[in-house]
Amino acid sequence: MKGAPELVCGIEIHQQLSTRKLFCSCESRLCDEGDGAYFRKLRPTTGETGEIDRAALAQYKKGIGFRYQMAEGVSCLVDLDEEPPNGPDAEALETALVFSEMLHARIADEIHFMRKVVVDGSNTGGYQRTALVSTGGWVEVNGRRISILSVCLEEDAARKIEEKDGEITYRLDRLGIPLIEVATGPDIRSPEEAMETALRIGTLLRATKRVKRGIGTIREDLNISIPGGARVEIKGAQELRLLPDYVSNEVARQRMLLSVKEILNGRGTVPAETDIEDVTDIFTDSESKVIKGALSSKGKVLAVRLPGFAGVMNGDGGKLRLGSEMAQRARTRGVKGIFHSDELPAYGIEECYVNILKQRLGISGVNDAFAICAAPERKARSALAAAVERANEALEGIPEETRDPLPDGTSKYSRPLPGAARMYPETDVPPTEITAERLKEIRARLPELPEETEARLIRDHKVNKQQARQLVRQDFSDLFERACKAYGDMSAVIATTFLNTYSELEKAGVDTSSISEAGVMEIFSLLSESRFAKEALPDILREVASGTPPEKALDKLGLESLDDREAEMIIDSILKEREEFVRSRGKAAAGPLMGPVMESLRGKVDGKKASQLLSEAIARMIG
Amino acid sequence: MVYSEMLSKKLKEADAKEGSRISLRNGDEEYIGRLMPHHDFSAPDILILKMKSGYNLGIRVLEDSVIEVIERPSPVVVEREEPEPREGLPNFTLVSTGGTIASFVDYRTGAVRPAMSASELVDAVPELREIANIKARVLFSIFSENMEVSHWQELAEVVAEEINAGADAIIIPHGTDTMSYTAAALSFMLGDVPKPVVLVGAQRSSDRPSSDASSNMMACARFCAEGKAAGVFVVMHEGLGDDSFSVHTGSRVRKMHTSRRDSFRSVNVPPAATVSKEGVVKYCGEPRSPSEGEATARTAMDPRTVLLQYYPGMDPDVFGPVIMGSRGAVIAGTGLGHVGQPMCRVLKEACEKGIVVVMTSQCLGGTTNMNVYDTGRDLISAGVISVGDMLPEVAYVKLMWVLANSESAHEAKRMMAEPMANETGNRRCVL
Repeated sequence: MKGAPELVCGIEIHQQLSTRKLFCSCESRLCDEGDGAYFRKLRPTTGETGEIDRAALAQYKKGIGFRYQMAEGVSCLVDLDEEPPNGPDAEALETALVFSEMLHARIADEIHFMRKVVVDGSNTGGYQRTALVSTGGWVEVNGRRISILSVCLEEDAARKIEEKDGEITYRLDRLGIPLIEVATGPDIRSPEEAMETALRIGTLLRATKRVKRGIGTIREDLNISIPGGARVEIKGAQELRLLPDYVSNEVARQRMLLSVKEILNGRGTVPAETDIEDVTDIFTDSESKVIKGALSSKGKVLAVRLPGFAGVMNGDGGKLRLGSEMAQRARTRGVKGIFHSDELPAYGIEECYVNILKQRLGISGVNDAFAICAAPERKARSALAAAVERANEALEGIPEETRDPLPDGTSKYSRPLPGAARMYPETDVPPTEITAERLKEIRARLPELPEETEARLIRDHKVNKQQARQLVRQDFSDLFERACKAYGDMSAVIATTFLNTYSELEKAGVDTSSISEAGVMEIFSLLSESRFAKEALPDILREVASGTPPEKALDKLGLESLDDREAEMIIDSILKEREEFVRSRGKAAAGPLMGPVMESLRGKVDGKKASQLLSEAIARMIG
Repeated sequence: MVYSEMLSKKLKEADAKEGSRISLRNGDEEYIGRLMPHHDFSAPDILILKMKSGYNLGIRVLEDSVIEVIERPSPVVVEREEPEPREGLPNFTLVSTGGTIASFVDYRTGAVRPAMSASELVDAVPELREIANIKARVLFSIFSENMEVSHWQELAEVVAEEINAGADAIIIPHGTDTMSYTAAALSFMLGDVPKPVVLVGAQRSSDRPSSDASSNMMACARFCAEGKAAGVFVVMHEGLGDDSFSVHTGSRVRKMHTSRRDSFRSVNVPPAATVSKEGVVKYCGEPRSPSEGEATARTAMDPRTVLLQYYPGMDPDVFGPVIMGSRGAVIAGTGLGHVGQPMCRVLKEACEKGIVVVMTSQCLGGTTNMNVYDTGRDLISAGVISVGDMLPEVAYVKLMWVLANSESAHEAKRMMAEPMANETGNRRCVL
């Protein structure tokens, strides 16, 4: 197809705000402990024709419910659905309006909150309150415009704490924290562009100075499809640096599935029947750990024929992996996994068993395959049915689905793509009119844009363009400025600390996020008083990251600065040991001797000072 | 607020009705969506459109905006089937009076409307039909704060009628705001009613999945299905979870919180029974057994009765005439049943005129006892009577009934002090 893009991708970002909760006055933060566990059931509500979904009602009647924990200081009766909502929080709304302006979006003349029905228990009322704030915005990413379809303001959901016997326990600390949801159009055309777009939107959000920071405060969803493919959503990515991987791996997965479809259609493969057979008797003596485990807990080994599916479940040197997709579906039915003929013999299942099984199932064709599952019978049956369903979907192409991001940059099947959720007005919250005057006020008071911050850093603190950009992108600009204001002549060291030292420490396994802002400021303070030499910064930071307060870290590492007299004495004794060398080289001895000198003085004396003292000491020695 | 004249005119000219898919053009901008009803608090020149995403957007309409209808709304037809009654199940009649529990939301518009038909109510909780055969009628559809004495009278008559027509229990969906007043009224009007008559409400609207409407109804139905207790009761959540429900004696219950699910509390006595989420009923004490006798509704009420809460500085010049113009006055006094001196004099005057003055306590919990302090003793001397641990609102309802069903102030006073529907008792334990 000429002119068709290779990749169609959009992202949706959910960012928590640092204001009070959206519909009550609780603080927006998480709590390590929960109290109580109120039991609630969420009832499937009547549909548009006035009927209740029978299947959903059957589940509800089983009596399975949810438990909700309160958390002190951060949850109240509104969160427990025991009081009507207040609000919306004025600061949160203002932030959404300001951010919309920064995206050049058209703000609604009147903002209406809706109830979006959610019955997985993560909202106590059974719905999420959400409002469309603006539409039609855009951001510029590497010279291209990426459209912003909508900016919404909504409440975050309760936090899942545990699941036991089908009953889920949630904590209400997170419920109600305001979220800004930004949805781009499907304009992104490369994996890197996805990350750049997310970075740009994130930077603009941070410029409002009203967003929360830290793990879990910003979540990205990716919508990806390729020509001939289908829209797949990867939901809940938290690490920005993995976004390009998620995109490129998903593109590869979809391309692989299109190849599989072509192969299967070329062979004339038709949908397999869900004709499940009990083949436990074949495997009673099998040495396979999985099978032995299943049989010893009264499970069975079930099998199903997959005519025409050989070679695509795991084929072409591992390039074709329909089997992995089938296994992911099967696992949602409660089994640990399935085996399929493309990967056997293996896993302790020997060739003889495979042959007997093939005979039993009547499989003789070179393109014919099978799948087996060893588990309690009901689950195994359900798992194989799911595997067959997925195999058959491969004949049509790529199914639309929602996938979970994994830490290695790949994703796994989560659930089918949800249909449009029922949304109706939140009648307890009056609408908010946005007048022309209000818009004027917002436009007059926009926060400093990232570009302006960068320019200011360059101008006021003498960092270069690259450093300024990184300080803003990596969210250090505020802290950097505060530190520079307090210790103006140290701006170079401060910049290097955040931009270089921190990442080096991270690579060495140190968790720099555990160094508090107050902590690093104190360290700079001690440095400004020459209490230690800047060469010791990495060591001190490492120590403080492990929990030691800065002053104690100095003690612990024995890094108290030496005054000039003490340093001279140490240098003199080093020169004494190497007197011959010094006398033979004269002033030039300084260079080679810096090494041993710095090692003895390390951290207690500034490098520049050490060099100066060394030169003076040499001069003294050679007269 | 209603639409502005300008906007109304434009809508009329375009023949744009609620539910139509319309296009709104403001200069370069065009919005397409479904026209939603005007919101009460919306600005007058704002149009609300439902977008394809489901979100509602409020857009300002200007003089030169253009509105065009793209598609007319299609009517939604709801098919309803009356199920056959099943053998072996008890027969309940649902007599709906309105309230949150009997309202539905139109999901397209968000508008809340009362139940159109009784079967609509039952269809919202289809599990009811597994416990009993349900006959349903909508008697009123009103917010309970708009209930009046005439409503209670009509309700009592219908309840008696239905019991005498064969109902094993009567379930009354009711707004929570004044549910306890109605419960008290029915307790006195129906007397020793031979079957359970249970009022039930909801604190959370039934459009939301978390609504307490259905679980309260089911707990109510399970209590009635056991058939072990006759009388007037109120069923609501016992606590904040959906696992436990209280059955309160109708003359002993009060709404004690504006919004919590467990806002209804029995005062001075424990609830008559509790129902678990599995439907297990535990009774407190011996319930009065149901019987096959006739139900009668004695509905005469004297509305010339007032209920006043005493507060420091209450002006006898303002309230004297109010009390003197009544036939009976219930005072929610302070503490053990006291009022300030100036009001004491008013109450004495009223008693001398033959007005029945009844003292209760605004503390709600505990019993009045006017023997303990001088003030109380003065009130007794003046002719004011104590009704023990009766709630002020219940005393007010009872007094209306007593005044209409007695021949003299003396008889009325005697009847007030005597329990007739468990509304007062002589023992209070640590609860």
